[in-house]
Order: sequence, then C-alpha cells, then structure tokens
Amino acid sequence: MTPLASMSGRPVVDVRRFLVDVRLVAGRDLWIEARSRVVVAQVVPFALLVLILFGFALDADQRTLDTFAPGLFWVAVLFSALLAVHRSARLEQSDGTLDALRMSGLAPLALFLGKATAVFVQLLALEAVLVGGLLVFYGVEVEDPVLLIVAGVLAGATVASAGTLYGALASGLGVRETLLPILLLPVLAPVLISATRAFDDALGVAAVDGWAWTGLLAATALVATVVGALAHGVLIED
Amino acid sequence: MAGPDKRRDGTGSRGSRLLGAGALVSVAALIVLAFVATDADVRTHPTTGEEFGQFDAVRMLYLHVPLAVLMYVAFVVCAVASAGVLLRRTAWWDVTAYAAAEVGTVLCGLVLVTGSIWGRPVWNTWWEWGDVRLMTTLVLFLLFVGYLALRRTTTDPRLQARRAAVVALVAVLDIPLINRSVVWWENRTLHQQSTLAELKIEDLTLFTLMFGFLAFGLVAWWLLVHRFRVGWLEQAATDYDVAIALAERRFETSATDLDAAIGRRDNREDPV
Repeated sequence: MTPLASMSGRPVVDVRRFLVDVRLVAGRDLWIEARSRVVVAQVVPFALLVLILFGFALDADQRTLDTFAPGLFWVAVLFSALLAVHRSARLEQSDGTLDALRMSGLAPLALFLGKATAVFVQLLALEAVLVGGLLVFYGVEVEDPVLLIVAGVLAGATVASAGTLYGALASGLGVRETLLPILLLPVLAPVLISATRAFDDALGVAAVDGWAWTGLLAATALVATVVGALAHGVLIED
Repeated sequence: MAGPDKRRDGTGSRGSRLLGAGALVSVAALIVLAFVATDADVRTHPTTGEEFGQFDAVRMLYLHVPLAVLMYVAFVVCAVASAGVLLRRTAWWDVTAYAAAEVGTVLCGLVLVTGSIWGRPVWNTWWEWGDVRLMTTLVLFLLFVGYLALRRTTTDPRLQARRAAVVALVAVLDIPLINRSVVWWENRTLHQQSTLAELKIEDLTLFTLMFGFLAFGLVAWWLLVHRFRVGWLEQAATDYDVAIALAERRFETSATDLDAAIGRRDNREDPV
C-alpha cells in the first residue's frame, strides 16, 4: 500500500509511513555521501576556494570584502550547490536505481522530499563552513545571528528543492554537466537576491530590512517545494 | 513527365504568404507612423517654460510595448501547450510549445534590446540593476534560453517533451512577477505603471501603439506558423527515419531466417 492510497482505492494519508519513506531516501543519500565523502572532500574545498579567489580578485581590500561578502557568499553557495545537486541526481542513474525505487512502492513525493532533504542537509553544512570562511578570511562580524540562520535555512531549502527537481530533469542527458547550470541558476536568481539582502542586514553591511527579504525567501522556498513535489512525479514517470 | 511541384517546397502556403505580406506591410506602416507621423514627446514646464519629456525616445515605445505584450502571449501559449503535453501526450502540443517558446524568446530578446535603447536617453543608462521589472524580464529570458538548450539535447523525443514542458511551466511563473512588479515593488523600479490601462495617451499616439500590436501580432503569428511547420516536419522526418530503421531491421531478420532456412534445406540435400 502506498502512503496515500489504500487497496480499496480510498485515499488514506499514512503520514507515519510517508515520513519513514522520506527518512529512508534521505538517509540512503546521506549514507552514500558519508561513505564517498564527495561533499566533504570536493564540494566544500571548492566553495572555500571560490571565496578565496574572490579575495584575490578584489585585491584584499577589506572595505570591499565587507561590502560584497554576502553576495560572494551566496554565489559560492550556488556554484557549490550545482556540484551537490549533480551528485545527488547521478546516484539514481547507476544500476537502474530509479527503476528499482519506482517499483519499490515508494511514493514519488517521498522520493522527492527525501532527496531534497539530503541535499538540504549537505547545503546547511556547506553554509556553516562558508560562514566560518567569511569570519576568518573576510573578517566580517555577525550582528543578527538569528536572521543569518533563518535566511540560510530558507535559502538552503529553496536551493535543495529546485536543485532536486532540475537535477532529475537534466539526469540521463549527455550534456547534463553544462545543461544543469543553464537551467537551474536563473531559477535561483530570486534566492541569490533575497538571501544576499538578508545577509546584508545580518552582517550589518547595509541598512536593509533583512526580515522582509527573509519573508520573500520563505515564499520562494514554499513555491519551490510545492512545484518541485508536483513536477518531480511527472519527471520520474519517464 | 512533370517535375516535382516547387510550390510545395518549404513551409509556406497561400495563407502564410498572405499573412507574411500583411505583416510586412503593417511593419512598414508602423515604422512610418512611429518615426514620421507621430510627434516627439515634448512638454513645456508651466512656470519655467523649460522643455522636458521623452523627446524622440518615445518612438521606441511603439515597438517596445507591443513586443512585451506579445512576448507574454507567446509564453502563455507555450505554457498552455506544455500543459497539453503533460495531459494529452501528443506531438501537436509539443511542437506548438516549442514553436511558441522560440518565438517568445526572440520577442523577449527584442524587448530587452528596445528597452535598453529607450532607457539610454530617458533613464540615462543602458541597464539598471535596481529595476525589478528589468531583472525579472532578464530572468525570464534566461529561463527560456535554458528551455531551448534542453530542446537541443538528443534524447528520446517523448522524454524530452515532458521535461521541456516542466521547465516551461516553471518559467512562466515569472510572468505574473514581471507584470505586477511595478505595483508590488513600486519603489524599486524605474518603469511606470500601465499607461495603456489608465488611458493616459490618446489620438494618433494611441492609434500607433494599437497598430504596433497588430503589426507585431501578425509578425509573431507568421513566425509561429512557420516554426510550427518546421517542427512538424522534423517530427515527421524522425518518425520516417525510425520507420525506415525498423523496416531495415525486419528485413535483416527475415533475410537471416531465410538464410537459415536455405541452409537447413541445403544440409538436408547434402549429407556431407
């Protein structure tokens, strides 16, 4: 029995079973990541490298680094997220894994949410390391840690949801490495703008209402999750 | 013996040629109306007597505004056809969606270019990063560039159609944002609110603007018809290639069976 329908055809919302499925998928992806350490060994160093290269490019001008730190942070997160999303989508391509998951009776929604949760957890870890990078390399100070955390979580949720959808969309194509950024980055443009403004406020870089931008981030996260959940099922029917 | 009918080559038909001729004449008339017949936007300050306004730059709006509205129409057609792809799963919807997306992307590019040319004398800049409507339009353009990139990938056509439909349906969510941006973020845009809806223009100015909708509407329709026919022929060519490949495979199989049968008979006839 799938979590949303009984044998008689009457809808039954078995939330507990559904959450177990989500946890199973997320746990599997995270377990594979823990074994392979791609995020730890490649994605996080890449993100730190991007931060450091921005420092070189801006000629280590402290005032410029302070001003642009939020934007550079989110550009580094988005570029690194592409690697994490690509990796997450590739897991389903090997050895007919997706076919096996489809035949296992797992709800498509649970598959989407599970995969998005795994990417989300990885992104949160990445953001935490990068905030450390900002503090160490750019010398910024956090003025509103709550705003920083809330904005980081909501932006991470949006990137994870949209990334999981577009990762599934580009998977199986010969040109997915080049196609995924072209498809995904424009979708994430609102996240880049909103999260940067929220971080501007949280880091005391600019006089903006960070919580208003965080509200926009919450709306974006909701839309990305709902659209992703609806569209992912259509894609994996292929 | 009569040769092949040359009139059947290409994607033209009597109707589309008439449409194309109408589009060409309309665009020529629009150029005369916009750049010759209408006046420049020059107003005089009541107290200082100083001249102000958009001057000749206003003529660009006779192109920019109709292009923008038709861009919306093309993308909405693409979205409806994409929904049709997911619900009906037929090639007709897919070819329509692809054609509308391509026409819409061209129109979107022209909207950005004409807007930029208009913005230089009026806003004193080619590009304004703080303008929400400009940014959301740029994002829409990039989203459909991604859509077209996806359409160029080589994969199973049915699979590609469904994936492209999802991308298009996500992309058109940007259209309400573009349209309402001047209201929702009125302090973060240099664009004015709808001049047309509030009927702030009249006479020949209004007529020229309306004529712009007609002229570019005919151009967009003509492009859509031809792009649809190209897409339909591509589909037919792909189906034809598949049918040929299948027939060849069947022929090879039956030839192998025939060889095997002959071989068995030969073996029976030749005991050695």
